[in-house]
Amino acid sequence: MSRRQLIALVVGLALYAALAPFLKNYGVYLMTLVLVYLMSAMGLNLVVGYAGQMSIGQAAFFGIGAYHVAILMKLGLPFFAVLPLAAGSCFIIGLMLGFPALRVQHHYLAFATLGFNVLIYLILRNEQSWTGGTFGLSGIPRPSLFGYELNNNLAFFYFAFVSTILLALLLAWLLRSPWGRAFAALRDNPIRAESLGVNITAYTLLAFAIGAACAGVGGAYYAVLVQYIEPSTFNVPASLMMLLAVIVGGSGRFFGPLLGTVVVLLLPEWLRFAQNWYLMVFGFAVVALMIWLPGGMLSLPDRFRKVQR
Amino acid sequence: MADFIQLVLSGAAIGAIYALAALGFTLLWQASGTINFAQGEFVMVPAFAMLFFLNVAEAPLWLAFLLACGVSMLILGYGFKATVVDPLLKHGVIPLVIATLGLSIGIKSAVKAGYSAEGHPFPSIVPDGLLSLGTIRVSYADVGTLVVAGLIVVGLQMFLNRTLTGRAMQAVAQNTESAKVLGINVKRMVLYVFLINAMLAAVAALLVTPAYLAKFDMGDSIGLKAFYAAIIGGFNQTRGALLGGVLVGVLENLMGAYFSPAYKEGVALMLFLIVIIFKPEGLLGKAEERKV
Repeated sequence: MSRRQLIALVVGLALYAALAPFLKNYGVYLMTLVLVYLMSAMGLNLVVGYAGQMSIGQAAFFGIGAYHVAILMKLGLPFFAVLPLAAGSCFIIGLMLGFPALRVQHHYLAFATLGFNVLIYLILRNEQSWTGGTFGLSGIPRPSLFGYELNNNLAFFYFAFVSTILLALLLAWLLRSPWGRAFAALRDNPIRAESLGVNITAYTLLAFAIGAACAGVGGAYYAVLVQYIEPSTFNVPASLMMLLAVIVGGSGRFFGPLLGTVVVLLLPEWLRFAQNWYLMVFGFAVVALMIWLPGGMLSLPDRFRKVQR
Repeated sequence: MADFIQLVLSGAAIGAIYALAALGFTLLWQASGTINFAQGEFVMVPAFAMLFFLNVAEAPLWLAFLLACGVSMLILGYGFKATVVDPLLKHGVIPLVIATLGLSIGIKSAVKAGYSAEGHPFPSIVPDGLLSLGTIRVSYADVGTLVVAGLIVVGLQMFLNRTLTGRAMQAVAQNTESAKVLGINVKRMVLYVFLINAMLAAVAALLVTPAYLAKFDMGDSIGLKAFYAAIIGGFNQTRGALLGGVLVGVLENLMGAYFSPAYKEGVALMLFLIVIIFKPEGLLGKAEERKV
């Protein structure tokens, strides 16, 4: 990253953080929601953008994280004890799901994750004794930090803001480490990477499991943000939206998910009066984007540079 | 025992519909490497087209079906290929898959916002009633579905195996370059495949809509089952799609009746996971070489 980009990033983040106090409660909630979904989208970007696999089950992992937090926190466990559990469970389930699907070529992971998402939805809906079924779970407590309860929405926003940055730094560090460079090799030319001794299947599987763990973290924050969860939030349409967020923003680019999440999450809020029409336009816009700009919105500057030359 | 046979027969009927959608899906993959995530919506659109011709133009069902077939082949066959697939194929598989996902959302929302979010009743091609064979009872609707789907499949197989055009299409699916060298008009053959897919979707719509109702999201479940049926049977085999479709339909029905109706929808996934662990190329499929 160049110095100029770094300054732009810091200024952007500062603006985002400084904007929150001037918003009403609902605005703060939306800004926090963007952060929460962003955590999940960053994980998905690792799968889609770097490992070149399609996952249509991110919302299932998001849901697993959320239900972990809801169930265990209502039993009295603290948030920071449940968070690693939620991430760990998602990581392990990701390994178990990815293993059969990644043994074969084509886009089997897409189908496996899609079906997995349906299955998780069915479990959340049908196993009423722990998940509350269609009624969901309510009264999830907010976490407390150093003995200070984050019941204030603004306080919780800053908590989620710092957490998102920490997660982003962790992922950035992962991608820049010698070990993480293999992910970039995977993205650029999988077959060449393999001939250089990168075990493609192992790395793809690992990328998928780490992506799942990020979704688990996002889901955990989601549960304590909204304090009420129910199964339909975690069904296939949510996964599709997360996937499209990553692709529309620009998969394989570190900031792609950020732009995509804003487009997929905030625009429909502003255009709420025309929800279905918005979805229609969005759907067809994705088709158009793939035809003219398959690299996503963030590839636009590169495109301009190429045209100018 | 009679219960069991009844469940198998009605499962086979719904499975036959999955198989039709799966067949089109497999053909598209073989001929052009297209994975169509909007396959379910390709069934939903002809259902609404038929409803339009039935209610607004007051056409009889057979005419409405033929008109819907035409609309489907024009828009979902030719139109889909010309506007979405052709410009995208050169970018590789993922952008095309994403585009069909977008298409699926777009079409669904267009029907929901522009027409209706409700389910609409749809006339059946066969009368209500039960056919008794000894102690076994099957509904006319299931028998009709099995017969129509069977005829379509046999007809398609005859076309693919016995006619010059059909054999040329198979040649394109097996090896595009050799087919081109042998003087086959590859572009035209690929177009035929898209037209056949659209037609199969229209037939599936005719058969499934009386039971499912015409609804904007009716394609979700059919599309998903079609993917699984295609992979379970073998992505590169037309016969595989049939086997996969019927297998999924029958097992779902048995699961729903004997174990848990709540988890009926999970059967296809479990079967899919088992198949890709033990036989990743599918039950009838052949392993494919990877190209660099």
